[in-house]
Amino acid sequence: MIEFHLDSRSGVAPYLQVVHQVRQALRLGLLGEGDQLPTVKDVVARLAINPNTVLKAYRELEHDGLVAARPGIGTFVTRTLSDASLAAHAGLRRELLRWFAEARRAGLDDESIEALFRDGFRAASTEDVA
Amino acid sequence: MSAVLETNGLGKRYGRKWALSECTLAIPPGKVVGLVGPNGAGKTTLLHLSVGLLRPTAGSINVLAGRPGTTPSQLARVGFVAQDAPTYAGLSIDDHLRFGRWMNPTWDAKLAEERVAGLGLDPRQRAGQLSGGQRAQLALTLAVAKRPELLVLDEPVASLDPLARREFLQGLMEVVAEHGASVILSSHLIADLERVCDHLVVLAGSRVQIAGDIDELLRTHHRLTGPRHDRHALPSDQQVISESHTDRQTTLIVRTGNPILDPAFSVAQLDLEDLVLAYMTRAAQEDRRPKLEVRA
Amino acid sequence: MIRLALRQLRTEAVIGVGLLAVLAVVLRITGGNLAQVNDAFQATCRASGNCTAAANPVRGVDQGLQALVATIATVAPALIGLFLGAPLIARELEDGTFRLAWTQSVTLRRWLAVKLGLVGLGAVAMGGLLTWMVDWWQTPLDAATQNSFDPVSFGLHGIVPIGYAAFAFALGVTVGVLLRRTVAAMGATLVGFLVARIAVTAWVRPNLTSPLHETLSFLTARPGFDVQVSASTLSLTPPHVTIPNAWVYAATVVNHSGAMLTGPYVLHACPGIAELNQPQPLAALRACQDKLSATFHTLVTYQPASRFWSFQWAELGIFLAAALALCGFSYWWLRRQYA
Repeated sequence: MIEFHLDSRSGVAPYLQVVHQVRQALRLGLLGEGDQLPTVKDVVARLAINPNTVLKAYRELEHDGLVAARPGIGTFVTRTLSDASLAAHAGLRRELLRWFAEARRAGLDDESIEALFRDGFRAASTEDVA
Repeated sequence: MSAVLETNGLGKRYGRKWALSECTLAIPPGKVVGLVGPNGAGKTTLLHLSVGLLRPTAGSINVLAGRPGTTPSQLARVGFVAQDAPTYAGLSIDDHLRFGRWMNPTWDAKLAEERVAGLGLDPRQRAGQLSGGQRAQLALTLAVAKRPELLVLDEPVASLDPLARREFLQGLMEVVAEHGASVILSSHLIADLERVCDHLVVLAGSRVQIAGDIDELLRTHHRLTGPRHDRHALPSDQQVISESHTDRQTTLIVRTGNPILDPAFSVAQLDLEDLVLAYMTRAAQEDRRPKLEVRA
Repeated sequence: MIRLALRQLRTEAVIGVGLLAVLAVVLRITGGNLAQVNDAFQATCRASGNCTAAANPVRGVDQGLQALVATIATVAPALIGLFLGAPLIARELEDGTFRLAWTQSVTLRRWLAVKLGLVGLGAVAMGGLLTWMVDWWQTPLDAATQNSFDPVSFGLHGIVPIGYAAFAFALGVTVGVLLRRTVAAMGATLVGFLVARIAVTAWVRPNLTSPLHETLSFLTARPGFDVQVSASTLSLTPPHVTIPNAWVYAATVVNHSGAMLTGPYVLHACPGIAELNQPQPLAALRACQDKLSATFHTLVTYQPASRFWSFQWAELGIFLAAALALCGFSYWWLRRQYA
């Protein structure tokens, strides 16, 4: 069973954070087909967030076809995301390491690298949503 | 779907001063409502009116389609935790649960006992010996175990340390998830409200400044930053909530249902705290302006 | 709800019952003593020919205990009001627990009715029990002193203490509701109770019904009056008349038309009486009284012993009615402020 956490200062809506964390878990293989997601009650009992937030997140995941709700029993994974071929995974990782090395050579310190990364990531995310 | 709390021009006066005036609200069921505002704004007054501890001076109030506090069945449907979670210091936790059972025909003894056990409390301990957080949890148990349709909480976590606060809210959300009660809670701590509430009421200057679904409010309020502008030059469908100017720059917080098309302004999202502060500031400014009274 | 109210008063109830039990034991043990002395006196007094109350030695027995019992009987109703009545609602208002109590599934009216009814009944029961015990213990004394109708004694006998207890309780509750502070309410209750008791004793009780008047001649009822001679004046001491178990308001010396006897008149009528260093002052007084008995007599204003119980019931009624009115007021006041 996975555990969620909430970053209240990230500027990302809580329900989206839950969605992302489920997708992440699916990607990393922490959740597989047929696994049960934590119940709404358990999630809110741990995170102290509105149950509707969790329901909204689970509904979106269901809409994306990743999970299915079985009334009275729980919400279960129907599809994983680790279909993405491991090769592409490894390739992306190598590219990332190359980029980090370049940034270092350009003279950027850790903080600047992280800031640049976050800024670009955010820009890419909002483009996605739009 | 009938509103869980409905008020119409509700007012309460103490002597000369109006603690609450012209309060008109319609709160839909199934929400966790945050009631926020400065001290003395009338939050406690409104909550006490909704549980029948006060009678209105003006206007009307209906809770679950009934007048608050009038009949045993009405009282049974509303659970209340007053400020500082009052409990009987000389009675044990067990005594309190007995108190709940004898006073409430809808009492769910199993739920109460499970909660107490889950909190790790010794039922024989006197309430006076409990910590603030434990007393708050006891008070919540008493309010929750009668299976109310509406839970009303007056600043339940104001005097609790961060851990006790978090545990209280965890317990509260668990109850909402499991039993589907509507909740109205007042608080200063906007961070907490952001986590648990999906509906907001801002009370300031003894009046309702704004009320609505939080998602909707955040969607319709924006911060506009741009070169110095006269506020009257703005389109009429944009309601300015607060503004500040320097000699070169104007910052506005506006409310509008429509997209903002003026290229001169850069538009940014507000977070809940900014929204609340904008309305509280507006109320404070209105208070300072001299009022023109018509003496009858 | 009833069980709850009982449980909340656990401590007070235990203390109250405990004190009563202790008192009961003490009275039981010592009561026999008084009864014995009285019985012995009654058995032998016929022989000596003097069976008057004044000759009964029981009054001198255990005088410390007598005083203690009288004090307890006087103070008990006030204490009941103080410790059962004043904190009953004041504490809830002071601690804020009323916000918990009045948001359960019980209306304010029912909550108040049960609390007032139950605890009030307890207060009255305690008052009644105490009165009964003290009455029993004091029976030999009452037989000797025969002053149960006197203003102070009246409140310690019969059934009125029950009314006092009920009133003190209701007063405590009302003051507590108004002041919302337990300690202040206790003080105010004590003051209020004293004022009420004194007011009723001094102004209400004497006027419940017109007293009777009786004329006594100096010749038959000695002493008719007494005189006190000082250097320049002669002052009259009014006669002290006792009627067994009756309540004597006053005894005055008046003539047929109701004019009072004065010192100067006595001086005028009996000139020799003011002489200092008289050889036989008592004889001179007697002679003067004989002389004046033609025109003057003693007028006694009193309530007869037969009215004792109607007065008891009347005063009980007054205090019970006041108690009920106070309870009604408390309810009205609370409803006005809260719900």
